[in-house]
Amino acid sequence: MSKPVIATASLAGCFGCHMSLLDIDERILGLIDLVEFNKSPIDDIKTFTKPVDVGLIEGGCCNSENVEVLRSFRKNCKVLVSVGECAIMGGLPAMRNGIPIRECLEEAYLNSPSVDPEDRTIPNDEDLPIILDKVYPCHEVVKIDHFLPGCPPSADLIWEAVTALVEGRPLQLTYDLIKFD
Amino acid sequence: MNDVRFMIDGKECLGKPGQTIVEAAKANGVYIPVLCHFEGLKPVGSCRICTVRVGGRFMAACTQPLIEGMAVENTAPDLEDMRKSLIEMLFVEGNHLCPSCEKSGNCELQALAYRYQVLAPRFPYLWPRRDIDASAPLLMLDGNRCIQCLRCVRACRAKDGRKVFAAVDRSRRVKIEVDKKLAAHLSEDQARRAMDICPVGAILRKETGFAVPIGRRKYDAVPIGSDVEKGTGR
Ligand code: SF4
Ligand code: SF4
Repeated sequence: MSKPVIATASLAGCFGCHMSLLDIDERILGLIDLVEFNKSPIDDIKTFTKPVDVGLIEGGCCNSENVEVLRSFRKNCKVLVSVGECAIMGGLPAMRNGIPIRECLEEAYLNSPSVDPEDRTIPNDEDLPIILDKVYPCHEVVKIDHFLPGCPPSADLIWEAVTALVEGRPLQLTYDLIKFD
Repeated sequence: MNDVRFMIDGKECLGKPGQTIVEAAKANGVYIPVLCHFEGLKPVGSCRICTVRVGGRFMAACTQPLIEGMAVENTAPDLEDMRKSLIEMLFVEGNHLCPSCEKSGNCELQALAYRYQVLAPRFPYLWPRRDIDASAPLLMLDGNRCIQCLRCVRACRAKDGRKVFAAVDRSRRVKIEVDKKLAAHLSEDQARRAMDICPVGAILRKETGFAVPIGRRKYDAVPIGSDVEKGTGR
């Protein structure tokens, strides 16, 4: 029988949640026996090559590319999981949410003291993804099936969730595993 | 005076005349969550987290006095889900970035979210624009995290009895402001009390943050209310 397939993505996140996934110590050997990775920065597979059982999403949506990737995960994954505070509520990138987008861009590219005075331009290349008016949690863009809170979620929580989901048993979210920081 | 007999979820309890349901429940080892209520302050029943059902009617257990023979429903699934939805509303109507908040681990709102397993709110985030006032020498007031419980307004007074905090405006626009003149002369004890009275990280004593490491903070290991359930509550 073929192994369950996992895919992962980092949207508007810091890769801390991926680091926490790697932080499962020697259980990582068991994980490799248990599952196969498809599209993921961990194995650098860039496009889906088969249907995926569990998709893990780090980070919320701050630009058009994040939305596109998230939608393709929803299309290709049976179960989709928001991993970490940024995926669940925007996280630190969402600190800009109360500030109009023009003000943010002007502060970053025109007015900040570290901007080169000779080169005050707001990037506007057609190849760049379009920045969204605010950072959106993943579940406000597509349907999300499970949420793993934490900044990052502990390795134990990720381990519990991934093994439960591929084995088809309910998640045991004990008190010590649910933390928002 | 004679004890008052009452029931919570079928458990026979005894209370004192004049006690509220929350107080009497606590004395009987039953936890009813509260947020706007703080022991020693006059209860106002504004947050509704403590909602229970008696004879088919919803009531705030922090303001309702005991009545002989009353049968209180506290943990019915619909009540618990309503409480959970209230917690979720408080999260989406402010800006709660727990990973960067000094109160994280000691915050009553966050602790209730842990207890009720709020993994993601069912409501969309509102991202209001709120102010921070760091003008007082010892205190910082961060409106992003304020849940308008009015505990600070009721509890914090200067020596002459004047209120240090006040609610300005009403309804969705209500916000807490600090009296700058009074705040300039707060003692260390008064500042500490103001921070402790705030259930969330909206009032912070400056220059003391992150003193307790993760793992040893108030709600890291045990859910809020465990002390009441074990009979060791304040
Ligand atoms: S006040 Fe509480 S809920 Fe709000 S950000 Fe701070 S720790 Fe989180
Ligand atoms: S500042 Fe704190 S104590 Fe005062 S109303 Fe807001 S949440 Fe309540």
